[in-house]
Amino acid sequence: MLAKLAKRNKVLIGALALLAIVMTIAVSGCGSTGTNTGNSVGTASGKQVMLNGAGSTFDLPLFTKMFAEYPKVNPNINVNYQGVGSGAGIQQLSDMTIDFGASDAPMKDEQMAAAKGGKILHIPITLGAVAIAYNVPGVPKKIKIAPDVLADIFLGKIKNWNDPRIAADNPGVKFPDLAINTAHRSDGSGTNYIVTTYLSSISPEWKEKIGSGTSVNWPGGVGGKGNPGVAQAIQQTPGTIGYIELAYAIQNNITYAQMKNKDGKWVSPSLEGASESAAGATIPDDMRVMIVNAPGEKVYPISGFSWVLLYQHQKDKTKGKALVELLKWMVHDGQNYSESLDYAKLPQSMVGRIDKMLGTVTYGS
Amino acid sequence: MLRSRTRLSIGDHTLKILALTMAVLVLTLMIFIAWQMIAASKLSIAKFGWSFITSKIWDPNLKEQFGALPFIYGTLVTSLLALILAVPTGLGLAIFLNEMAPSSIKTVVSFLAELLAAIPSVVYGLWGIFVLAPWLQNTAEPLLNHMFGSLPLFQGPPLGVGLLAGGLILAIMILPTIAAISRDVMAAVPNTQREAALALGATRWEMIRTAVISHAKSGIVGSIMLGLGRALGETMAVTMVIGNSSYIHTSFFALANTLASVIANEFTEATYPLYRSSLVEIGLILFGISLIFNTLARLLVWSVSRNTKGGHVV
Repeated sequence: MLAKLAKRNKVLIGALALLAIVMTIAVSGCGSTGTNTGNSVGTASGKQVMLNGAGSTFDLPLFTKMFAEYPKVNPNINVNYQGVGSGAGIQQLSDMTIDFGASDAPMKDEQMAAAKGGKILHIPITLGAVAIAYNVPGVPKKIKIAPDVLADIFLGKIKNWNDPRIAADNPGVKFPDLAINTAHRSDGSGTNYIVTTYLSSISPEWKEKIGSGTSVNWPGGVGGKGNPGVAQAIQQTPGTIGYIELAYAIQNNITYAQMKNKDGKWVSPSLEGASESAAGATIPDDMRVMIVNAPGEKVYPISGFSWVLLYQHQKDKTKGKALVELLKWMVHDGQNYSESLDYAKLPQSMVGRIDKMLGTVTYGS
Repeated sequence: MLRSRTRLSIGDHTLKILALTMAVLVLTLMIFIAWQMIAASKLSIAKFGWSFITSKIWDPNLKEQFGALPFIYGTLVTSLLALILAVPTGLGLAIFLNEMAPSSIKTVVSFLAELLAAIPSVVYGLWGIFVLAPWLQNTAEPLLNHMFGSLPLFQGPPLGVGLLAGGLILAIMILPTIAAISRDVMAAVPNTQREAALALGATRWEMIRTAVISHAKSGIVGSIMLGLGRALGETMAVTMVIGNSSYIHTSFFALANTLASVIANEFTEATYPLYRSSLVEIGLILFGISLIFNTLARLLVWSVSRNTKGGHVV
């Protein structure tokens, strides 16, 4: 009897001991995650380089395609990219746990100063546009919404679709007596940054009260998580107006409005309109600029860059060279993958400037 | 004989050390987490002090000012709403399954109820957006407004998403926890108690009330507290249906935000130290609220179980 009991105990103790070992491994393993930044492994046929990047989720579908294609051009370089959000990407680059970051908002001066590896370069890699989407029963597609009207709708000053200021730009359209409900992105995002920068550029009141940022203190309205959350909020309640990334709006056939650009022309959101923004805007040498409301006839005014971020001085020579080679490919041949995925191409006028910027990268310890 | 006895004592000894290590490990982990969170939120604690809890303004952009009151409000209201709905349902279900249902129904229903607990929260969130919110918007909220519209709690435009949707989703999510655990503690009540009550002439309800519920009281409180714990911390499903608005409104139809959902929404894009620190402090507040409720539950369990014996959970 006692022997039997002892035997059972032994099994129990064995199991507990195993559990203890597993837990110890798990706990000690925790300490080392996040520091694995990829290694250069020497092989007989040449140097294999693994580059690690993280950041913008907006870029993720495009980067996934580009990084799947690139090894066909240059089999020695492999890229691993995590879509963790622009803010997290900036943080990780600043802590030097990744080789490059990607962000839909340019880094602020404080963030640049806090980066551990020195000066950071902003390489424009693609462009995004944001569509103003709405759900008003009985109203056709592509209604016209003037900039000041848009700002006052989001400020809560224009409260009903039958407001004469909306009707003024849309002769012949009969607007219903329906309360306006606004929808915005609740999660911090580059889309928010582009929209709030645009609203700040056209409305002094918006600039003063709300300002521009990836998360702002919205004066009201429904917050939806991600593009699908906003799309759902618009679809669900008649009378709702909100904003959605252009690619998502195109792919899901969402009704959007025409906007008036700086030249006074009415334009629908398009990839071409976004590219034109980059061509029309004045872009400083460090490329840290928002290009909303740029001049030009075909410009769609609610557009913005997405940047790849890297240190100007690359300590690891092999990896640094590989990264610059990769980026050069991304701004040249890599751009051909943009349009099929509903991303806007960088304008030709910028490619030369970006090459020049990549030429300033230095290598070695 | 002698050999196995020595083995046993070695076994006992090892077990004791191992069990103690595990206990210390958990405790250390808790202290470590708390310490880390306090350390990481130092910046916002130093800057805002107590006003972090009392301020209604959450402006990460222009004013860089942070106040958690709207999120504390949203968390408490949705969780309490969930409890109001889930406690009677869960207890009713437990009593039915344990005391009344024939065994065939019992197996099926309790299996299904426990299955509810296994559904991932993002699935609840999707269901909330695509099924629950439209139903609330088109049917339930207009009806509530029609019946109780004179109360400020049921005023305002029906948007579907909001506090009510959040509370309902949470109620469904915590229902299996409450039902399964209170069923288990009720099942642990000895049959002799039931027989004694019935022998004294009690009706079925009187028997359940005096013999079963009063016996299982502390376990039932425990089940409710576990449910509440889940409701307070639930993130994904609530974020998807609550409307994510950082303002305080009295109406159940209003949009709101919870502590957990604001972290989920904003942490990835929290781009400067004070912002990040404030979000960590939000987590710390959530930790604090859970701690307060768990302490209250302990006290409650302690006070109701002084004179009775039965199943214990907490």
